[in-house]
Amino acid sequence: MGLKNSFMPVRKLAGLAPALALLAGCAGAPGPDGINDPYEASNRKVHGFNRGVDRVLVGPAAKGYGGVVPEPVQRVVGNLADTLDLPGDIANNLLQLRLVDAGENTLRLATNLTFGVGGLFDFSSALGLEGKPTDFGETLHVWGVGEGVYMELPFAGPSTARDTVGMAVDIVLNPVRLALPDKEATAATVMKLFSRLGDRNRYSETVDSILYDSADSYAQARLLYLQNRRFELGQTAAAGEGTGDDGFIDPYEDPYAE
Amino acid sequence: MPNDMILTRRGFAAGLAASALVLALPGRAMALTADQAKTLVDKTVGDINGIINSGKSEGAMLNDFERLFSRYADVPAIARSVLGPAARQASKGQLSAYTKAFQGYISRKYGRRFREFIGGRIEVAEAKAVKSYYEVISTAYLKGESPFEVRWHVSDKSGKSLFFNIIIEGVNMLASERTEMGALLDQRGGDLDRLIADLASL
Repeated sequence: MGLKNSFMPVRKLAGLAPALALLAGCAGAPGPDGINDPYEASNRKVHGFNRGVDRVLVGPAAKGYGGVVPEPVQRVVGNLADTLDLPGDIANNLLQLRLVDAGENTLRLATNLTFGVGGLFDFSSALGLEGKPTDFGETLHVWGVGEGVYMELPFAGPSTARDTVGMAVDIVLNPVRLALPDKEATAATVMKLFSRLGDRNRYSETVDSILYDSADSYAQARLLYLQNRRFELGQTAAAGEGTGDDGFIDPYEDPYAE
Repeated sequence: MPNDMILTRRGFAAGLAASALVLALPGRAMALTADQAKTLVDKTVGDINGIINSGKSEGAMLNDFERLFSRYADVPAIARSVLGPAARQASKGQLSAYTKAFQGYISRKYGRRFREFIGGRIEVAEAKAVKSYYEVISTAYLKGESPFEVRWHVSDKSGKSLFFNIIIEGVNMLASERTEMGALLDQRGGDLDRLIADLASL
């Protein structure tokens, strides 16, 4: 990457300032159930669309991919996609000032590029170096930006205002995409899409149970996303460690209980 | 533990003496019950592994899961909590019919998913007292997956220690089932009797 290139991200980031302002503007307080979803009606429409896309396109494609492509090849695709994510992860680790995480991901990148033959094999995980995946949404969280309203995005699925901005930044500023020539960058994107299909196939029981077996798949997906995202970001404090939400629901509190 | 059920007079007296001791030593009592909470989860995990590796048919395994669930979980408390405000309007008869239907429903739903645990294991790490309950932290190691955290919330408010919630990577079973049950009830226009009847086939 030349000097000229390294300045590009800053300019592009500046272009995102309005989005960040918008994000701050629409960040209302969550309701008593911890859910802040003022756009539920339009979100539900997007959810219906996403379900349709999954039913006719993504689900069958994932099943085909899982059925046709041998498992070792799927694993290689997953490993490559994962390795391609690492530079972005490291950049975010640094922006979060989480130097230990940045170190672990750098070590992981170096190990998988060398002993893992250019990222084909996940040699690091075998060594117990599982990595610390992250994203710009988490960076914003570390910088003090609240999650904002809940959003379901077309194709991408459940998100929040903050995580949507984060995702846009991660796509625009992805170091791999910026460093690679167009053709290779496209190949990297295709690799990621195949890796996603592999995930959809691997977790098909879970995804199907949420999308097709639950009584209100929109509400279920929303709850799962928010709970798991807050857990990832460390917002659900370990029990007994202060006032954070430890996930405790008291089933014995009902005064009408026998 | 069937031998726990046999309450001899001498055992009862010993129990009374033990509870007096427990009242006198609150700190010790906490430690004891945290251990009990951990033991409960250890046993649950052991039984789950036993069922998974039994090689029985799916139907037989689901029955075993239901038995396991009724033995180690506080099903009445979970069922009532999941039903939410509707539980208050329910008659005693409705509530007990609902609890019975819920037990089958939840065992089938999660029992089917426990099959993903084949070849994996859960390691129970620690238990601690939190507010009015105990939290047991465990790690699940599934084939081809990064290890993930499973937390169990255990209480003895029913009279013995039983778990009442499971939280997997932040995803809360009680919260999730409340959402589901609320939606199921809405779909039936709030008719609890229809919900009870339909739970048997869900």
